[in-house]
Amino acid sequence: MPRMSMIEAIRDAMDVKLGQDDNVVVYGEDVGYFGGVFRCTAGLQKKYGTNRVFDSPINESGIVGTAIGMGAYGIRPCVEIQFADYIYPAYDQIVSEAARIRYRSNKDFTCPITIRTPCGGGIFGGQTHSQSPESLFTHVSGVKTVIPSNPYDAKGLLIASIEDDDPVIFLEPKRLYNGPFDGHHDRPASNWSKHPLGEVPEGHYTVEIGKAKVFAEGDDVTILTYGTMVYVAEAAVKETGINAEIIDLRSLMPLDIDTVVKSVEKTGRCMVLHEATLTSGFGAELAAQVQERCFYHLESPVVRVAGWDTPYPHAQEWDYFPGPARVGKELKAMMEA
Amino acid sequence: MSEYGPLKFHVPEPPGRPGDAPNFDGIVIPEAGSVRRPDVDCPAADMKELASTMIRVLNTDGEAVGEWAEGLDDDVLLKGLKNMIRVRAYDERMMTLQRQGKTSFYMKCTGEEAIAVGFRAALSKGDMNFPTYRQQGLLLSTDYPMVDMICQILSNSRDPLKGRQLPIMYSSKEHGFFSISGNLGTQFIQAVGWAMASAIKGDTKVAAGWIGDGSTAATDFHASLVNASVYKPPVILNVVNNQWAISSFRGIAGGDHATFAERALGYDIPALRVDGNDFLAVYAASKWAVDRARHGFGPTLIEWVTYRVAPHSTSDDPSQYRPKEESEAWPLGDPILRLKNYLVARKLWSDEQQVQAEAEYNDEIRAATKEAESYGVMGSGASPKDMFDDVYKEMPQHLREQRQKMGV
Repeated sequence: MPRMSMIEAIRDAMDVKLGQDDNVVVYGEDVGYFGGVFRCTAGLQKKYGTNRVFDSPINESGIVGTAIGMGAYGIRPCVEIQFADYIYPAYDQIVSEAARIRYRSNKDFTCPITIRTPCGGGIFGGQTHSQSPESLFTHVSGVKTVIPSNPYDAKGLLIASIEDDDPVIFLEPKRLYNGPFDGHHDRPASNWSKHPLGEVPEGHYTVEIGKAKVFAEGDDVTILTYGTMVYVAEAAVKETGINAEIIDLRSLMPLDIDTVVKSVEKTGRCMVLHEATLTSGFGAELAAQVQERCFYHLESPVVRVAGWDTPYPHAQEWDYFPGPARVGKELKAMMEA
Repeated sequence: MSEYGPLKFHVPEPPGRPGDAPNFDGIVIPEAGSVRRPDVDCPAADMKELASTMIRVLNTDGEAVGEWAEGLDDDVLLKGLKNMIRVRAYDERMMTLQRQGKTSFYMKCTGEEAIAVGFRAALSKGDMNFPTYRQQGLLLSTDYPMVDMICQILSNSRDPLKGRQLPIMYSSKEHGFFSISGNLGTQFIQAVGWAMASAIKGDTKVAAGWIGDGSTAATDFHASLVNASVYKPPVILNVVNNQWAISSFRGIAGGDHATFAERALGYDIPALRVDGNDFLAVYAASKWAVDRARHGFGPTLIEWVTYRVAPHSTSDDPSQYRPKEESEAWPLGDPILRLKNYLVARKLWSDEQQVQAEAEYNDEIRAATKEAESYGVMGSGASPKDMFDDVYKEMPQHLREQRQKMGV
């Protein structure tokens, strides 16, 4: 089976869909001729022509607004917002338009668009290249929000997103583009060529939107996480020796609550872990749902570990980032509670 | 001592407020027929002056003059007059419905009927409008059932949008009428995207975006123009300058001394500025722009100069912010009366026919209202069960659970 980085897997997903369906178009800032600042669309314009893969003006509400119009026409745009930190000018188009069109028109018009955007930190990007805005989208009825943590899921989920008849926010943890990252920034970086999840089938396959994955089985505590934090959790579990079950949610909206509940009922403890800021983060939703559904199985309070409630700092990146040491410390405290 | 005096903060003020005499000295009105009609493939740079003047066809004697008067089909004009009468009668009746408490909200387009009706006459089946809330004329010029429109306004059991939308936010793909948002300016850029898709697919359909003078201030106006400029899609960008955005006059959108049409010039988009109360000019300019788009020569921005005779909505009282007599003083007159006088002078229409048409439409609207009311009035028709459908194509688990919790 071919081995791919997450960048190659994402590109391959678009390649597969561009090849299969004439209605798929791909565009965004620097996406066409150059192939994207992270190279996710490299070679696609050459292969499919400027009618299908092209550069857009630096105009995020325009990128999403035109995509909505194209969706209404009946084609399937897969657009890139260069960094999730740049998505805010498009927020009105996403919240007030893309998310509502099916509902408000009683399905007379639909919005089958995919918005890809790199998120998360760990690359010394400072506050404008590091944010994790997922909760701003999970709060919006009518859009789906997915976030893969490895090349296999990235390709399968992106194909599923492009084929989905509703708008999908497809968040790409940029620190995982080239390899899994466990938060030990001072150690040599690993890459996907040595990781089993870097094995990506050729051609078409999908990973169903709305299905979580049990990333590692365990009995004593459940860690609910996604994106980069999957590997941070893995490192913290290894380093503490705690018998934890790690759930990679993959899809935040819709949420696979059954997998969550099953695990927490088994372990009786739950940690929610994300890189985004703590307050009103997606972890708040997870903690609320776990206590609503699993209260009588819980042996200790649900614990949230997240980025601090500050803008994403530059020089203090590793103080902000909830790395394996912070996660491990919280895990140990939970087990004693 | 500083050599500079203290700076002064500038907030534009309209020429008249309540109690003042209406003042339209700032509206420069060129002679009808004085503006040239370029070929539809004319580069934007070679027709810049059309953004600063005003295309007018009907002169003060009620004659059609100049290059824009050529080749206008009498049948279209007659149909246009009837459609405008129908729109105005519909607005009046819906206003009554609101006053009777049968619906929560309504918005009239009084004085602006020529724009939507005239523009629609230049479109073909399959073209798509992205309208604002004051283009009911686009739908009422088609065979879209009036009963369905009223059912939407009443949010009753036959509401095509199942009670989910504010009254008048219609939607009909089949009739080239995109679902109205209510957020301002957001749909202008979607029209550009729709037109891009038409070009990508090698289609022949054109799109039309609609925006008001006030909403040209929204960032999506720039998004629309820059994308239209870059990709040259078959789109007509309609700016309805009706002088007022609720209580803010056009100057609060930066349109006091520059025209809205002139904004297109910096984007290399051709612009027409048109007397929006002159049906002949509206139809001629629309045809030109649609022709240009369909032949692959790209976008056109059209500023329609008109006046919002009606309050912004049923929740608005214009006597609080503008001179009471302003609408009567509006120098471009009443679009229905102007077209009627022209057709009567040409013996294509008569006062009797006018009265008869008004009576016929009143009957039609009364019957449609009666039928619509039989399906329920506000609050008595829409089902709470419908509330949870169509958020997504398939209902996710959390919504199924919430619906169960609600017990419907």
